[in-house]
This record gives sequence, C-alpha cells and structure tokens, in this order.
Amino acid sequence: MRERSDSIFANIDWFTVVLYLVLVCIGWSNIYAAVYDEEKSSLFNFNSQPGRQMIFIGVALFLSLVILIVDASFYTATAYFIFGGIILLNIAVIFLGDDVKGSHSWFKFGSFSFQPAEFAKFATGLMLAKLLTEFEGQAKWVERLVFGILVVLLPVALCLLQSETGVSLVFFALILVFYREGLIPGWLLLLGMIVTLMALLAIKFNIEGPRLAFFICVGGGAAVAFLLTWRARLSWVFGVIFTVCMLALGLAGWKISGEILLYSVLVLAAGVSCFLAIRMRMFIFNSLVIACFVAGSVYLAPYGFLKLKPHQQDRLRVFLRLDASAEAKKKELYNLNQSMIAIGSGGLTGKGYLQGTQTKYDFVPEQETDFIFCTVGEEWGFVGTSVVLILFAILIIRIVFMSERQRSPFSRIYGYAVASIFFFHLIINVGMTMGMVPVIGIPLPFFSYGGSSLIAFTILLFIFIRLDSERLYILR
Amino acid sequence: MNNEGLRKYIVAGFVLLLVFTYIGRLFYIQVVDDSYKLSSRNQAFYFKTDYPPRGFIYDRKGKLLVYNQIAYDLLVTPKMVKSLDTNDMCKQLGMDRDVFVKRLKKLREEAFMKRDPRPLIFEKQLLPEVYARLQEHMYKYRGFEVQTRTVRKYPTNIAAHLLGYVGEVDKKVTEKNPYYRDGDYIGISGVEKGYEEVLRGRKGVSILMRDVHGNIKGKFKDGIYDTAAIPGKYLTSSLDADLQLYGEQLMQNKIGGIVAIEPGTGEILALITSPTYDPNLLVGRERTKNYVVLLQDTIGRPLFNRALMAYYPPGSTFKLLNALIGQQEGVLTPSTLYPCARGYPPMGGKPKCHPHASPTNLEGSIATSCNSYYSYVFRSIVENRRKYKRSVDGYTAWRKYVQSFGVGVKLDSDLPYVLKGNVPSVEYYDKLHGKGAWMASNIISLGIGQAELGITPLQMANITSTIANKGWYYTPHIIKSIGDEKEIDAKWKVKHYTMVTDTQYFNNVIEGMYKVVEAGTARIAQIPGIEVCGKTGTAQNPHGDDHSVFVCFAPKDNPKIAIAILVENSGYGSRWAAPIASLMVEKYLTGKITRPELEKRMLEGNLISKSTDPKAKKEEPEQGE
Repeated sequence: MRERSDSIFANIDWFTVVLYLVLVCIGWSNIYAAVYDEEKSSLFNFNSQPGRQMIFIGVALFLSLVILIVDASFYTATAYFIFGGIILLNIAVIFLGDDVKGSHSWFKFGSFSFQPAEFAKFATGLMLAKLLTEFEGQAKWVERLVFGILVVLLPVALCLLQSETGVSLVFFALILVFYREGLIPGWLLLLGMIVTLMALLAIKFNIEGPRLAFFICVGGGAAVAFLLTWRARLSWVFGVIFTVCMLALGLAGWKISGEILLYSVLVLAAGVSCFLAIRMRMFIFNSLVIACFVAGSVYLAPYGFLKLKPHQQDRLRVFLRLDASAEAKKKELYNLNQSMIAIGSGGLTGKGYLQGTQTKYDFVPEQETDFIFCTVGEEWGFVGTSVVLILFAILIIRIVFMSERQRSPFSRIYGYAVASIFFFHLIINVGMTMGMVPVIGIPLPFFSYGGSSLIAFTILLFIFIRLDSERLYILR
Repeated sequence: MNNEGLRKYIVAGFVLLLVFTYIGRLFYIQVVDDSYKLSSRNQAFYFKTDYPPRGFIYDRKGKLLVYNQIAYDLLVTPKMVKSLDTNDMCKQLGMDRDVFVKRLKKLREEAFMKRDPRPLIFEKQLLPEVYARLQEHMYKYRGFEVQTRTVRKYPTNIAAHLLGYVGEVDKKVTEKNPYYRDGDYIGISGVEKGYEEVLRGRKGVSILMRDVHGNIKGKFKDGIYDTAAIPGKYLTSSLDADLQLYGEQLMQNKIGGIVAIEPGTGEILALITSPTYDPNLLVGRERTKNYVVLLQDTIGRPLFNRALMAYYPPGSTFKLLNALIGQQEGVLTPSTLYPCARGYPPMGGKPKCHPHASPTNLEGSIATSCNSYYSYVFRSIVENRRKYKRSVDGYTAWRKYVQSFGVGVKLDSDLPYVLKGNVPSVEYYDKLHGKGAWMASNIISLGIGQAELGITPLQMANITSTIANKGWYYTPHIIKSIGDEKEIDAKWKVKHYTMVTDTQYFNNVIEGMYKVVEAGTARIAQIPGIEVCGKTGTAQNPHGDDHSVFVCFAPKDNPKIAIAILVENSGYGSRWAAPIASLMVEKYLTGKITRPELEKRMLEGNLISKSTDPKAKKEEPEQGE
C-alpha cells in the first residue's frame, strides 16, 4: 500500500491535468471578457462574476488536490454512498430549493447557490461503474442492462421533477458507456439516431393522416431493410441507400413531388424490404418488432411535441426553422440570431480580446453562462473557436483512450461516463449557439460561469485522473 | 474481442466527426458568410453625427448679418422609456397628454420597424423656456435626451431674399447627395444655398458603441476612427447693411427691386426686393407656418425675389445702350440731330413722345429722353445698309452688343437664381412676322426699351455700372471673401469688356446722364455737392400703371456706386424711382441725408393699395405705343 501512495503523483496523467488547466484559464478569461465593462473593470472584485469565478476556480483546484490525495479505493468503496447522498440532495432540492424561473434545483446559501443536479453527473458515473462491475460476466448482461438503465433513469426523473429538462438529457449521453460495455449494440445507437431524425422530420412537416402513414412505412421499411441486412456483406450499402432515400424524401421530396411519387417510393421500399428479408433469411418477426417501434416513435413524435412546454416547443420550432409563435419569434429566434451574429461577426481572427461588442453589450442572452461560446467566437474568431473545439476533442479522446488502458473495469466504465458527459455538453452547448441543435440550457464545461458546474466538472474529471493513476491495479 | 477493440475508435471517430462538422459550420458562419458581420456592425456601432456650427455671415463693414442660435431637440429612444410619469412630462413640455402618448406610440412602432436603436426626434426645437423648465426634470425621464442643434438668427432683419434661409433637407436631395441625411439642415435659398458647402462645414462622425438597450458605452477603439467635424467658414458679404436697411425702409409699401453695385469691384452693395419679410420668420418651429402665410400673399408675393428674378422692360434707361451701340456702329455722333414731333415722324408719331425742344443732339436726347431720337438711332443701327444687307443681320449685330452688357445672357454670379433676361432672338421675330419679313419698324420699341425686352434689376444695375466704368464690368457678386482668406476669388477679377470699345462714346453718354440730373428729367435726384449721372425710365406695362425706373451712378468721376431701381406701377421714373435712388446714393456716399422732406415723402409713400396687378411678367411682350 505504501508503495502505491508514494507513486500517486508520478502516475498522474499530467497531460490531462495541463489540458484541464488550459481550458479553465481560457474559460475564465472569456467570462471576464463577456461581462467586461470599461467603467468597472476591477479585476478582483469578488462581487463581479469574474471575481466570483476566480473563487470557484480556487475551490475547484483545492478539491482536485484533495481528490488526488484520497485513496483511489475510496471512490470504489463509497460509490453507493456518494450516489445515495447526491440523490437525496436532489430529492430534497425539489421541496426545499428556491424557485428560480419555475425550476426547483438550487439551494441558496447567502450570496452563493448550489445546484445538486450538477453533482449527480459524477455520482451517476461512479454508481454505474460500481453496478456494472458488481454484475460482471457474460451471463448477467440482462441484470447489468436493467440496473444500469435504472441508475441512469433515476437522476433523469429527479431532474425532470426539478424542471431541469436540459440537465436530465445529459444522462442519456451515458448510452455510450452501455455501448462500450457491449450492453447495447452499435446498430441500436444508429437506429436511435435515425428514429430521432425521423421524429424531428415528422414534427417539422407536422405530418398527419395518410401522410403520417406514408412516413411510418418509408421509415419502417428503411429501418427493416437496414436491420435485415445487418452483418451481411452489403449491409452498409443498403443501410446508407435507405437512410439517404428517407432523408431526401423527408427533407425535399415531400412538398415538391406530390403524393403519388411518394407513395410509389413507399411501395418500392416495402417491396425491397420484403425481398431482402427473404433473401437474407433473417428473423422477420424481430425485424417487424423493431420496425413497429420505429414507426411508433415517429408516429407519436408530433403528439409528444405538443406535450412539451411552450418555450420548449418554441425552441424546437426555431431549430427546425418552423414558423414560431410571435412570442417565440421575438425571444427564441432573436436569441439565436444574436448568438449567431456574435459568433459570425468574429471573422477569421476575431475582434480582439475585450473588443467584442455583441457579447459585451448584452445583445447575446446569457452571455457568460450558456452562451459563453459566443464570446470566444466574437473575440477570437474562427481561430479561437476551432482551437477550443479541438482542445475539447483532444480531452475527450484522451479520456476514451485512457479508459481503455485501465485494468479495472470500474475505472474504464467511469472513464467512458466522463468522456460521454463532456462530449454531450460540448456538442449541445456549442451546437445551440450555432443553431445546429435546439437551445438546451446546459453549460460548456470549464467555460460557463457558475460554481456548481465548474466544481462538479472538476470532480468528475479528477476522480478519473485519480483512478487512472492506479491503472496498474484492479480496484474493487 | 475484435469488436470491443474497435469501439474506442468508433467512439473517437464519432467525436471527431461531430467536432469537425462544427468546425466546418463555424468556418462558414465566421469566415465565408459576411451577413453576420454586417448585422453586428449595425447593431453595436452607433455612428453619431457631430454637427459643425454653420458659418456666420458679415456685411462689408464687419457687421453681423447671420449667426447661430442654439436650439434643443428632444430625442427619445423608445426602447429605453420605462416607468415614465407621462402626466408630469406633459406638464413640463406643455403638451397635450393624448398627443404625447400618440406620438410616443408612433415612434415606438417606427423604432421597432427600423430595428434601429438610435434615438428619434420627439419634439423639434423646444422653446427656450420649455427647455429651461424641462432640463431640471430630465433625469426622471429615462429614454429621453436633449440634443443641441443650431438655428439661424438674423440680427439685422434685412436682406431676407439675399441671405436666404435654411431648412430641413428634402427626400430628393438625400437620395442624390449622400452627404445629407433625413433631418439635416441645408441652405434652401439665397446665400445660404449658394454657399451651402462653405457654410455647412463638414459633419464629423464619432463611432460609439452601444449595448442592447441603446446605452452608449464609449468610443470605439478610443476614437481612432472618428472624424472631427469641421466648422463652416464665415462669409464676408459685400453688402452694406446700413444701405440695405435704408433701401428696404424706402421701399416700404412699394413693390419693386433695387440693386446697388460698386462699379470698381462688381460688389453688390444692396439688393432689395419689396415687399420683403423678416428672415427670422423662416427659422425654427414656426418656419412652415410662416412660409405658408408668406406664400398665400399673392398680391405682394413677398417670397418672390424681384431684384433677381423679375423681368421688367427697362424703358428709357435702355436708350443709353442704344446711344452707345449707335456710336460704335458709326451711325451716331454727339452732334447727330433728329426731330421729334411728339413722336417718331416716319411712323406717324409712334412711338409717342412728350413735348420738348426739337430737334435734339445726343446729349439732349438723353436729357429729354426723346423716344423719336432713339427710334431713329435703333433703325439706323438695324438698317445700316452699308454694313448689313438685311435687317436680320443688323438686328443680330445689335443683339450681340446688348449681350456684351450682360443682358440676355446669364451673369456668372454667386447669387442664386440669376436669370438671363430676354432679348428676343431672330427666330422669335421670324416666327412672329414670317422669316425675313420684318425690319426695324416692326421692332422699333426695342429702341426705347419696350417691346419684348425683359431685364432684371440686377442686369440694369450692371449696365449702369458698366457705363460708369466706361466699357467693362466685373461680374456682380455678393460674397467678398470666404473665411480668413484675404484673396478675392479670381472669378471676380476678370474684366468683362463690352463690344463698345471707345471710352469717348461712354463719355458722351455720361455727359447726357449728367444733364438728366442737372437739367433733365431727373432733377429731383440732385444731391448737393455730388455729381450724379442718371437716367429715368417709365416702363409701360399692360397690367397697370407704368413702372417707375431709374438708373444712376455717382460721383461722375471715379464712381463709387451704381444703382438701378424699379418701382412697380408708380408712374414716371422721376416720381418714385429717382428720388429713392438719389437718397440711397447720398446715404451711401455721405452717410447723411440733406433732404429730410423728400426722405419723409418717400418713406411714407404707400403704393401697394394702388397697384392692381403688380406681377412682373416673364417673357411676355409688352409693346410700347
């Protein structure tokens, strides 16, 4: 044991630590820029957001040191307790938390507030790692899958109860962990993406009646054909052909070509599907079950859409470039436009540090939190945005490859959880500032202003770095 | 587990795929697509215009004619108006609440439509007392601000037509000239218009940055891209404010125009149009209202600049020109005698003349203003068979002489609205009488300054000035110098010589003009101690009584002032025109008046009620009898 603790700092992956520090520094300087005001530019005013963020960074660095000093087996041993405790906090906040714009997810202590949902991320990661390790072995995959899904759905449910829809979506990123652990096959992920796309198209074109039936059949047919040929030599070709076919139909052909053409394509798709099914001698029953699932999802999508909250509907409408309500036009569309103007006006090299006009002068909504990427885009230009994206990509891929070098499955599973959470945050946060995904209010790790998220992301990352430093040992 | 080993690559590949898709998208919106940069520029930058003060205008003695007074425009940024105490603000503004609310609503909509957070004008040119009252309360009215602008002020109240006025630029100008924007001021008439570019200076631009609420956050890059406003230059006019004022007083209740020129320089000393108006009426908030009132006066037509724009037949004053042309053409000498039988004998006594000794020589013909004499002279010029085979050629030659005196051609002056005047063309008479089928007798009235001749008072004054100079003139102009420049514009130093080349010819005419005042038709114009040379005219016009015309210059040797005056429908030149001109000359040369009774009579004379149709006709034949 003694030998192990001596080598803690020697075995630490310093590359990741440095990458973390670089991102935190860039992040802080952008918060400073986002709220920069020439008239009140005192650097270390602890009432200003940059000043407070400085305190948070200090706390985060202190915590990271603590995390590195604590024995790695502490995390494996106490995973249940950590998860349980955090879950309790998340339940408590529903009843005790302050009402912030209708959501109950914040505890307030004087001038500081604290969001337990942020901490549920690393706790869920630990819990998932612990559970999947407990039920290790090929034979127990059903238990692993069921318990794993339950562990993920618990915080999702709590976040929904806190009215934090955005945060709840983050946990779905953990599906990558299930994929890595072989609990969910790759084709299912792909199918999930196809279903999502089709659901969005269904909402976009607000399809009803015969048109909906058509959509279901084309979508279902494409999915069936794709799945039936799965693992056959030509599977990819058919998959791609049908996916492209379906997308093209959904996007362009629908309105222009008229229904006759579309129905004929539908018949063609169904025919090809049947032909392939017989030819490949696959399990027609299984395929039909999946096709029904796909069709059902797409069928329900427009109805589900109407069940969303008005502002969520508006965000989705703006994202899908649909005619939004007047209110949404004013707010959501305005926000997206301002965000894109800020980024777009940065040009190749940006307007220079502290020279941004769009972000500094409050044109961009929530410029220091969820839309902090606009400041990067405006002041540092394309060079800045691509550097930040590439730094994140390096961090995420680094974590993936570090996970793969673990001896203990616990560390590997947790590593994948860390990577997928960072990845989800990055794609959603950056994507929404460019209008590539709907606006979902989640922070950009290390960049967005806020103590809870910064400290939670730091804990998330440094537990993994600590676990990684013990990669030569099997932790239980 | 081959598949398991592949998964990390699939995951990593997926991460890279999405990240590079994003980078591609960013490249498009940040580098390729320019529309976002434009939007940003329009939103966050506020190009604030700095208005330079407009140049002042002084008279020839340094007396201030035009200066600027500060006016206050009330601006509003509708977006910023919050928790406004409407009642309180209406009270301070002295504005009706309904009007206030309606206007604010309109501006709010306008601002929203334009998507422009710049402040809009809520109320133009607040009255000083309103501003004083409002100023103390401004802090309460979030979103409102006061912008200072300048309005023109005319301390002497004179020369309204000449100085012109300034007003808001109209759409036609803003579309053509990118310098002007809606709401800018521009010189609309007079010197204000003619010297617009000098007077206005150059607007400056400060590039300011503003936040989403329209609040100004400071200068962009500390103002390195700003351009400073360049103030307008002041102008020194050649006008003599005292003379101008005196002339305007003398012309009270009379209709007509006076132009006085310094012959040695071509500088205009006075340019009077009557009726006139107070230039301060066409300033500020009341401008439109007052303008309409002035426009509606169709009898006096106070907005019509008679001195520059009205075409009058010059009447007998034109005989001076014919006397000069005749001598130059060799058909007239000082000793040439022509008879007069109360009219022109060859045409049965038409044109008519008044009783006087007959025959007369050249000098006497000027002194007595004999119509018959100048009918003979005109005919001898036009039908000079030794020189011209056809009357048309004679007439063409005569017309060229006339044009060399600046009549029938546009004087290249700095005055706005300089008109050509009308000396009928050959084509005109060909059309009227048939091609080549006319001769001197058809157009004999030209000899006595009647018929189709149309001459502006400015041109009459210029002819007089040319005679005083004995053969040349400088283009009459109103501005002596611009700003601190001491040099006069080279344009004003070009001597324009007439086609009458011998100064002796001028001497002969001048002697006649001297006789006019000493012993002829204009004895009333005599000034003790000053030798005045003049010529009366009585311009017939079909719309009413004759116009009273008089031209003169003084002193006879080394003339200092040449003046032309026309008083509409007031009869003989000697009745009104000559005395007024004489008083002005005396005032200008000596600074005092030795004939108070005459002055009193002129000042009190009211001819407006008398005139029936005072309209001066443009290019309308006014046949002499």
